[in-house]
Amino acid sequence: MRMATIRLDGVGHSYGERAVLRGIDLTLTEARIGLVGANGSGKSTLARMINGLVLPSRGRVLVDGLDTRDRGARIRRRVGFVFTDPDAQIVMPTVAEDVAFSLRRSGLDAARKRERVTAALERFGLAGHADHPAHLLSGGQKQLLALTSVLVTEPQVLVCDEPTTLLDARNARSVTRLLAGLEQQVIVVTHHLDLLTGFDRVVVLEEGRVVADGPVEESLAAYRDLVD
Amino acid sequence: MGLYVPGDSLLHRARAGVKLAVLGAVLGVLGVFRSPGTVAAGALLLVGATALSGVGLRTMAAQLRPLLWFAAFVAGLQIWVSGPRQAALAAGFLLVSVGAAALVTLTTRTQELLDCMVTALRPLRRLGVDPDRAALTLSLTIRSIPVILELSREVQQARRARGAERSLRAFAVPLLIRTVRHADRVGEALAARGVDDL
Repeated sequence: MRMATIRLDGVGHSYGERAVLRGIDLTLTEARIGLVGANGSGKSTLARMINGLVLPSRGRVLVDGLDTRDRGARIRRRVGFVFTDPDAQIVMPTVAEDVAFSLRRSGLDAARKRERVTAALERFGLAGHADHPAHLLSGGQKQLLALTSVLVTEPQVLVCDEPTTLLDARNARSVTRLLAGLEQQVIVVTHHLDLLTGFDRVVVLEEGRVVADGPVEESLAAYRDLVD
Repeated sequence: MGLYVPGDSLLHRARAGVKLAVLGAVLGVLGVFRSPGTVAAGALLLVGATALSGVGLRTMAAQLRPLLWFAAFVAGLQIWVSGPRQAALAAGFLLVSVGAAALVTLTTRTQELLDCMVTALRPLRRLGVDPDRAALTLSLTIRSIPVILELSREVQQARRARGAERSLRAFAVPLLIRTVRHADRVGEALAARGVDDL
């Protein structure tokens, strides 16, 4: 799968008086990119800019040349987003219905949709839960469902905001493995540094600025210095 | 709230619209011709249909149990207003109606009910009703019930941990805040899933 080019051009953002991002210039083209930083460093806001959930107060964000400001809908079809709390992301009462919800405007006929949903559930190990109510799944299964519902639309890019924060170690590992195996371009905000093993690039944010940007080991060394 | 019980019975295979129409017809008949005979026939029909559906009489009983105190309340009121015969009829009618409605939700996927609702609301489009949005609102409501129950459990535990068990404020305020925050996140997730895009 071709990697998208995500460009942040002089991006700054404020919530009221509080500036959360300042002067960000980044071009993201790698297959695996991590965003790390302390709480309040602006990394979640930056992640939300990639699919236009947050529009920058200053500067612009381009995904393959499309501006998130006026092409948000097109971009959201290409950029899937996984949140920390799957309970907020699962909108349908049962597992298969939530996956099908993602395909409601795909233009596929009912039979093709069902096929796609079944295949996706099988791929991510939820086939046995298709008709189960979502609230009876374990935390790990809920996050798997959230991921399945995003990936069933076959986005080109997957952005994840702390996808393993609410999970136990075992489920965090399985989500990590799952993300590693995807053909998509993956951008992950995380505090679980294990998740970044094998990544191509890690960007470190501190108080709304990029303070380190490079290969995993170098960036994480800089991040550890910052924390200590 | 009845939740779908997977199965392959005649009731499961029947179309949602047909089931809703039959439900409406049965309740209509029972409402208009309310007598010991019709209510008893309705109850028998309900038991038969439950057995046919394979969801199990126990599941059906679980649907009706929360209703018992309410039925008793209605019956009590009716005894006072119009005598024991009417009271028994009212309570019986209530239980049969709710049981029949529960049987429809137990044997029909939520998605089918929602599709049916979208079809039914389509003529109202001219009046400015968006059927898809109405169906989404309904499914979000169904989905939110267990989530908010879980939030209230958490708040209750936090309240106990802080030794403020009897404080209504220590329950209502955090629950409200968490619910609003949850709503905010759901909104964000819907936007990310392209709900407002077209």
